[in-house]
Amino acid sequence: MIPRHLMLAVAALLVLVLAMGIYLGQMRRRAMEAQRFSDDARPVAPPASGPTETVTLYVADDALGGLRPKSAQIPLPGGRQQRAEELLRALLRIYQQPGAPHPLAPSGDIRSIFLVDPGAAVIDLNGAFADQHRSSILGEQLTVNSLVQTLAANVPGINRVKILVDGNTRETLAGHADLSEFFDVSNVGQTLTQSRQ
Amino acid sequence: MPPVTNAARRILAAAFAVLIFLGAANTSEEKHLSIYSSVATYTLSVTDRAGREYVGLLEVLEPLGRISARVDGPHWKMRFNTTDCDFVTGRTHAKVRGRDVDLGAPFFIENSRGMVALSSLSTLLPRFLGNPVNFHESARRLFIGNAATQVSTQLDSSNPPRLVLNFSAPVNPTISTEPGKLRMVFTREPLVPPSSATSFDNSTITQASFSESNGVADLTVTASVPLMATFSNNGRTITVAAIASGTPATATQTAPETGSGVGTTTGTTTRTTPSGTETPVPSGTPSSPPPVPVHRLLAIVDPAHGGSERGAALTDSLAEKSVTLGFARLLRHELERQGFAVLLLREGDDTLTLDQRAGSTNAAHGAIYICLHAASEGSGARVYTALLPVAGQDRGPFHAWNVAQAGALPVSQSASAAIVGEMQKHQLSARGYSASLRPLNNLLMPALAVELAPGPNGVADLPSANYQQKAAAAIADGIASMRDRLGAGIVGGGQP
Repeated sequence: MIPRHLMLAVAALLVLVLAMGIYLGQMRRRAMEAQRFSDDARPVAPPASGPTETVTLYVADDALGGLRPKSAQIPLPGGRQQRAEELLRALLRIYQQPGAPHPLAPSGDIRSIFLVDPGAAVIDLNGAFADQHRSSILGEQLTVNSLVQTLAANVPGINRVKILVDGNTRETLAGHADLSEFFDVSNVGQTLTQSRQ
Repeated sequence: MPPVTNAARRILAAAFAVLIFLGAANTSEEKHLSIYSSVATYTLSVTDRAGREYVGLLEVLEPLGRISARVDGPHWKMRFNTTDCDFVTGRTHAKVRGRDVDLGAPFFIENSRGMVALSSLSTLLPRFLGNPVNFHESARRLFIGNAATQVSTQLDSSNPPRLVLNFSAPVNPTISTEPGKLRMVFTREPLVPPSSATSFDNSTITQASFSESNGVADLTVTASVPLMATFSNNGRTITVAAIASGTPATATQTAPETGSGVGTTTGTTTRTTPSGTETPVPSGTPSSPPPVPVHRLLAIVDPAHGGSERGAALTDSLAEKSVTLGFARLLRHELERQGFAVLLLREGDDTLTLDQRAGSTNAAHGAIYICLHAASEGSGARVYTALLPVAGQDRGPFHAWNVAQAGALPVSQSASAAIVGEMQKHQLSARGYSASLRPLNNLLMPALAVELAPGPNGVADLPSANYQQKAAAAIADGIASMRDRLGAGIVGGGQP
């Protein structure tokens, strides 16, 4: 005859195995859900709150080899930081549409933007933005110029911009454009003037 | 005494290498090998070793097909298109497609470059190319396959007499004159004359003689009066005639592309460029044109990426680093042809950091730095100067590292504009940009980057020697036109 304490121990182990199985299933579901969201190419939904404003987005155009200013009406929250993030996300949505003039990876995103006094902005891109970016001097520089110029034109007081990837300094965007330094907004603005000439 | 660190040793070694290079750049007479084929014409530097002349095999084959090489101990293993070969340092035989080939002299490796004796090219190249080669070894001129331009001479004894030279293909020689002689130097044309000298039964134009040496062919017409040359038939015909009395003695040469034109006259030497522009240089003495005492400027050419850093994937099998290296070698030849001393930052598939590139370049004190890139998007070429970041602080006599380029930026931008202009003359679409591209920001001398984009045949043009050579010639012409403003980094006397 099997001792009672042994039966209790086996029963307890079975319950534990069952519980761990259920927990594992939940973990797997969560992981799949997270994967599904990261692969989602649909544009991020605009913020539900905030007045709609007319802003100027500086959109890179590969065929032109420069930036084109484009007016857009987007709802913007009140805070400077949130406003800056929504601006660049609106810009990014243009690049992620089919037939974009300067296509970028669908999974690329702006993680956050930090506005640091005096006059400094730090853009934090996600890893996919940089990892899946096309590698060429012109293509990378147009992306950088577009981000910097759009931010500086719509958020007053910014005179230098730094770009991070996944929260870290990265040497280049995709092998060419240098991300190790602060971009001088006035110098980037001058390239915009040159490209119009 | 403090111990010498590894870093200090490296700096000393780099300084020593730069000194050696500068000494070599000062050599007045460099040896060249010219190679003519249906796909490309190019000139390579020849090295002397143990009384023999050597050339880098990679450089010889690079414009003719797809090539890769690696050093494995004493072995230098190379693959050209589908042909594998194995060379061993110190041995006079090599394996090509598994078969033994006699090199005639010991093989050696120098800076990852496999060096073979010039005399071995006649037997070695047909194994790779499948075509016969005709090597004029004493003149260092090598003809691959059917590459040859024939010339025939015909004397018209009318008054004044004219010598008509008909070529089987368009030519564009450099022409110089001296009393009683008109000399045509063919640097790019595979000119093969019927005989070394032809005498004419004429008291005015007496002889046309041909010679070849150091990778160039030379055709000299001798006469008792001053001569001039006229191009016609789209550069296929050159007519040499006595100058009628009363003709101004300052006529200039027109490039053959224009259809016809008048050649040089007594006392003036005119040099043509591929684009047809002219660069007058001082006239020579009556006996022979002497070396012109012009300082040689040092141009630093940087093939971007390399080693583990492949750069952009231009196609599934073509990496940016391979295209930039071949392009850099062609640019080196074009710049040397323009009289520049040239330092290539990498000769093989080596990994260099951006700081190493900047450090070596600043230490060499060159006149200009040109970084070469390639991209699969767009068309033509793009020329970049530095887009300076927010400036760091200068520390005493030291410039801020991230904006060291600031002082030289105006000259860099002028050089960029000159190159863009030359590219457009060479029928290459080109445009200038600013880019935050290292190491441009960190350089004290004029610095720019050229990104070669696809040509009319798309990405297939990027590794094409003809396409690259067109771009390289335009870059060299643009930089040569800036020679007066590239004053820094003079490395000594010599002949351009």
